[in-house]
Amino acid sequence: MSHFSPTAAVNYFFNYFLMKGVLVTIGLTVAAVVGGLILGMGIALLRMSSNPVLSGAARLYIWFFRGTPLLIQLVVIYSGLPQLGIKFSVITCALVGLILNEAAYLAEIVRSGFMAVSAGQREAAWALSLSPWVTFRRVTLPQAFRLMIPPLGNSINSLLKATSLASVISVEELMRRSDMLMQEHFQILEVYAAATAYYLILTSVWDAIQRRLEKHFGRSSAAKSRRVVARAPVVQASVEARA
Amino acid sequence: MSEMSMNTAGGVEGATAQPQLREVPAVRMEAVYKHYGDFTALNEVDLKVAKGEKIVVCGPSGSGKSTLIRCINHIEKHDEGLIYVNGIELDNQRKNIDAVRRDTGMVFQSFNLFPHMTVLENCTLAPMTANGMSEAEAKDLAMHFLTKVRIPDQAEKFPGQLSGGQQQRVAIARALCMRPKIMLFDEPTSALDPEMVKEVLETMKKLAEEGITMLCVTHEMGFAREVADRIVFMNEGKVVEQAAPQEFFSNPKSERARTFLDQIIH
Ligand SMILES: Nc1ncnc2c1ncn2[C@@H]1O[C@H](COP(=O)(O)OP(=O)(O)OP(=O)(O)O)[C@@H](O)[C@H]1O
Ligand SMILES: [Mg+2]
Repeated sequence: MSHFSPTAAVNYFFNYFLMKGVLVTIGLTVAAVVGGLILGMGIALLRMSSNPVLSGAARLYIWFFRGTPLLIQLVVIYSGLPQLGIKFSVITCALVGLILNEAAYLAEIVRSGFMAVSAGQREAAWALSLSPWVTFRRVTLPQAFRLMIPPLGNSINSLLKATSLASVISVEELMRRSDMLMQEHFQILEVYAAATAYYLILTSVWDAIQRRLEKHFGRSSAAKSRRVVARAPVVQASVEARA
Repeated sequence: MSEMSMNTAGGVEGATAQPQLREVPAVRMEAVYKHYGDFTALNEVDLKVAKGEKIVVCGPSGSGKSTLIRCINHIEKHDEGLIYVNGIELDNQRKNIDAVRRDTGMVFQSFNLFPHMTVLENCTLAPMTANGMSEAEAKDLAMHFLTKVRIPDQAEKFPGQLSGGQQQRVAIARALCMRPKIMLFDEPTSALDPEMVKEVLETMKKLAEEGITMLCVTHEMGFAREVADRIVFMNEGKVVEQAAPQEFFSNPKSERARTFLDQIIH
């Protein structure tokens, strides 16, 4: 095969089998974000706790999952745990791996978001007799969340691509189905061109959503928001590549 | 014993207004210590503030003025000694801390307005959530105080859209919405451009005329002269000198106060 067939690539793009793989990719991403956020917030809370055992445990968790490749985590969950008699379905394995991994990244994002809200905000809330819950819900959380959106967006972008690693444990998402088509027809460039296009579309759509979120939650700090808002340090993005 | 020594050393008798001393004082501190690691930020501080009294706290940078004022509403926790606010002891009981915070309002150097809320929301949040006021009531109250600090027309704006002076006046209104009996100010004008200092000081003067108890850390000596019943001068964590403004400015007793005054007046 010494040429590239655009028609074949377009055909793969509209291939029903591949499209279903796209849906699986989206599903994995959404589920991992939701699960990862819930777990990640819990870990962030532990990490910020003044109890050294709790914060130490959270730190250990984050260190472990950010310090090892997602690929190993997935493989261990999929083919290692059965050795200990722990067995999940393929899709559960993928979700568990993605959520555990994503939670470690999101925990750090959540934590740095809260840390970036100035101490003065909390002090003002105390001075006004606001309850701890109101202080969290109405004062710290909204400000922390606004600071979290950019790194959160980056993390979700890289998660979207990282779901392709689930192909290794035979989850039939976009990457895996591309491989399957490729092995059947040997039109390597054509198949992967279609898959690439899908990944680009997905990440671009997410980019657009992220921009809208930023605009929506940043609206009050528009104009010349000096001192109070704009000075908040940029939250460290956790855009390290996984895999 | 400590009360006696405070009354004489405190020089309260020189103060212009001497509101009912037999009443429970607004603030009473006895042998208060505060440490940051090895550093002693408050070193055996005794202070008594009568209801309605206006106190200006001054002293060199790092002398413990902010720490002193922040211990009064337990934003900073003192390590030793006793603090009573309107007769309520600031021990570690939640309900006492809450009660004290309800009685005190605080204004910070950096305003600390909630940037994601409008001016009006900044003012209504605490009355609605901590006092269970209805939204309509809270808005009326907020507009009342915003009018008082002369910015009712900015109610729908966000803090970031206001000048520093306006933001600080909102912060004052926000604190007043909880109807505190004592107002604590920590250098309320030092983050402001010079042309905005006056509008904030004017607001504070007006407030002082209404009989509220005030403790104010400031280096605005004109304000101190005009408003304060008593100046509290601090150095290295200690209250070194307390006197009526007249006396303090014309005849400071300690060498440290003299050099301090020389520095800030020139
Ligand atoms: N959280 C803290 N940790 C360690 N040291 C602190 C802390 N807060 C204050 N200090 C120290 O305590 C001392 C008193 O601080 P404080 O803020 O009360 O001084 P101040 O009189 O208000 O000074 P300034 O005029 O600069 O505001 C300073 O030397 C400061 O470095
Ligand atoms: Mg200070």
